[in-house]
Amino acid sequence: MLAVLAATTQDINIAQQIGFGIIALTMVVAAIRVVTSNNVFHAALWLIMVLGGAAAQYLMLAGEFVAIAQVLVYIGAVMVLFLFGAMLTRSSIRGEQGLNNKNWALGIPVALLLGGTLIYALIDTFRDERLPSPAAGSQSIQAVSDSIFGQYLLPFWALSFVLLVAVIGAIVLARKD
Amino acid sequence: MLINEFLILGAVLFCIGVYGVIVRKNAVLVLMSIELILNSVNINLMAFSLRRGDVAGQTFALYVIAVAAAEVGIGLALVLLIYRNRRSIALDELSQMKG
Repeated sequence: MLAVLAATTQDINIAQQIGFGIIALTMVVAAIRVVTSNNVFHAALWLIMVLGGAAAQYLMLAGEFVAIAQVLVYIGAVMVLFLFGAMLTRSSIRGEQGLNNKNWALGIPVALLLGGTLIYALIDTFRDERLPSPAAGSQSIQAVSDSIFGQYLLPFWALSFVLLVAVIGAIVLARKD
Repeated sequence: MLINEFLILGAVLFCIGVYGVIVRKNAVLVLMSIELILNSVNINLMAFSLRRGDVAGQTFALYVIAVAAAEVGIGLALVLLIYRNRRSIALDELSQMKG
């Protein structure tokens, strides 16, 4: 990977690379803290860093609307749900033991094996293929809306029913009778 | 930008999420790990959207975000219900359905 980077560095945007590297590193460190933290609230706050970094990556991939939706839906709504869930189940704010399974060490070889296989397959398949640079002033949001309300209208329609069922189901499940 | 940078970032986040799902006992933390997995999928969808010059990937990423929101809502409602009935959300204690 690094050798590939060094070989092709002359026509790569260095500032973009540095930005990507910083954001990616932050995301990976924060993700590791999410799965290793002993405090549910800290894990939720680290998860916000991962989700914010993902929004930044979407911006680098020319997906402005998806980045905004990510911030609104994930950081705005989903994280509030998570914090409510942690508080309503009386998680200790000072951290607690017993958040992990007894044989938690089994997860490490599984994750490493899966990661190694995936990364090997990706490097073997795509090697040093470039992403095209997004066209300046592209009508990304317009194209996305055309796609949603044109070709992919039926999934959109089904998705609105999924959300409706989820809202009703959450109320039915969580209310006290 | 190399496409592999984004794809490998997605793969690493996916593996961390899988590790979290395997390791965690607290149901809220398992749901957080599932969010990590869904986000890694979204990064892949966005990268391939730019690679193909087609916004279908962005559309699917938006759909994944919506499904993830529904999943978290239902998941946390289930967790609250389990907590109310059992005073605990440790997943390894949920064995009533074992045959």
